[in-house]
Amino acid sequence: MSFRKPSVLPGFGLTLGFTTFFLSAIVLLPLAALVLEAASMHWSDFLHVVLSPRALGSYRLSFGASFLAASINLVFGFIIAWTLVRYEFPGRKVIDALIDMPFALPTAVSGIALTTVFAQNGWIGRYLEPLGIKVAYTWIGVTLALTLISMPFAVRSVQPALLEVQRDLEEAAETLGAGRLYAFRRIILPTVLPALLTGFTLAFARAVGEYGSVIFIAGNLPMKTEITPLLIVIHLEEFDYKGAAALGVVMLVISFVVLLTINLLQAWGRRQHVPEAR
Amino acid sequence: MAVALPPVAEDVLPGQHTLLHTLVRWLFISVSLTFLAAILLAPLATVFVMAFAHGIRGYLHSFSDPDTAAAIRLTLLTAAVVVPLNTVFGLAASWAIAKFEFRGKSILITLIDLPLAISPVISGMLFVLLFGLQGWFGGWLREHDIAIVFALPGIMLATMFVTFPYVARELIPLMQQVGNDEEEAAITLGAGGWITFFRVTLPKVRWGLVYGMVLCNARAMGEFGAVSVVSGHIRGLTNTMPLHIEILYNEYNFVGAFAVASLLTLLAVLTLVVKTLVERAGYRRR
Repeated sequence: MSFRKPSVLPGFGLTLGFTTFFLSAIVLLPLAALVLEAASMHWSDFLHVVLSPRALGSYRLSFGASFLAASINLVFGFIIAWTLVRYEFPGRKVIDALIDMPFALPTAVSGIALTTVFAQNGWIGRYLEPLGIKVAYTWIGVTLALTLISMPFAVRSVQPALLEVQRDLEEAAETLGAGRLYAFRRIILPTVLPALLTGFTLAFARAVGEYGSVIFIAGNLPMKTEITPLLIVIHLEEFDYKGAAALGVVMLVISFVVLLTINLLQAWGRRQHVPEAR
Repeated sequence: MAVALPPVAEDVLPGQHTLLHTLVRWLFISVSLTFLAAILLAPLATVFVMAFAHGIRGYLHSFSDPDTAAAIRLTLLTAAVVVPLNTVFGLAASWAIAKFEFRGKSILITLIDLPLAISPVISGMLFVLLFGLQGWFGGWLREHDIAIVFALPGIMLATMFVTFPYVARELIPLMQQVGNDEEEAAITLGAGGWITFFRVTLPKVRWGLVYGMVLCNARAMGEFGAVSVVSGHIRGLTNTMPLHIEILYNEYNFVGAFAVASLLTLLAVLTLVVKTLVERAGYRRR
């Protein structure tokens, strides 16, 4: 096979050349700089940075809170998607459009607004305070911010899958005497499971890298409420480029593993929707 | 991601309209609305309540601060440079990828999507490593007295990086879907490449293009993490709107912070409105 199939359309060289050039200049060259910066470190220095107690504490918070946020969205994302797809109620269209709000809203705005609402004297915070629940400036606040910014991924992954559930199958099952829960477990869940897991992974991936909304609500205490992206910023502010690059590489590797998982899940999802392939 | 919401056929089978069904329906709707009210609607309302805490005069007064005005100008300028560049890139990339078959295409698509998978802080750091004082080109840049990091070019580069895929990833699937037949007919009948592009292709993909540009613009104006790393936070000079919000907030100037935040919130609402309109005009993603 030659490099490309012949076509009557013009502009292949121009557009592919421009694309490759722009991609290399804006994305690939900078990424190479990061990898080489970290690679220029001695192994022991690299491990010293990425396994320092402060770094380990930040991974625990970043990955723990992201996992928790993605799990919360797994549950509530499904409930919201189900509500939007299956029930008619006033304001349904508006709510549906609002789901994308965290995509469009700058993270700094979400951060200061959430902090204000959940601070001790905030609209919701003041009712949680007497219960002994402190949200702002604790790990709960971090989880809350991550839940907000990753919520659309969960809802938008599940929504199309729920639309695809064949209602006639469901109805047939019920006509044949299956209970609601049985029909749910045997017909709905298998159809939406790949989408649920994809939504979970996408939400997790987005949450792990998040910075803007978290730093306002986190309190940013080392070992306690300091996320990994913030630790990178601190290294940069101290002009410790190598330390920052080392932590960056750790996060990149984890992102790629997550990305790979998403691709595998989506491939699985596509197979699930083609009955012949089973 | 964007699926226009079809109407619900809430036709229940006879005998299914039970108490349980009504109960579950009521439970699902109220759980959804409560969850969204707590984490989404309350923060949105707070933005405006806080911005107008000292009345409309206090709100307007926040914009008389010259640093706030400078932040707004910088954000607009950045978006005005970044969005057109990424649009041209998106058009070129989608033409190359959707109109031709060549080796390594799927790798190219993956590479274009790469910035979406990278933490904004890391995206900003890349440019510090390249152009910072101790970066690869740091010494050369200082000799020639060129400032990139902690200056306007760095802010634009970081913003361009994080918004890089937005137009391309809308246009590539759309162009693949609408096919090449009309373009091939136009070329065969003697139209030039540019005429074909402007008269045949562009009208076919215009809604996808608008959609991608609007999302790209929203992200460009709202980016915080990446820009924060490269900006240097120089008041009135390298502070974009999101960074200025952080400074005002940390100085306990809540009215000022939320006044700037209210502009960005309105931008987000406008983005969602355009998105909804575009979807209503018949554009479906994938």
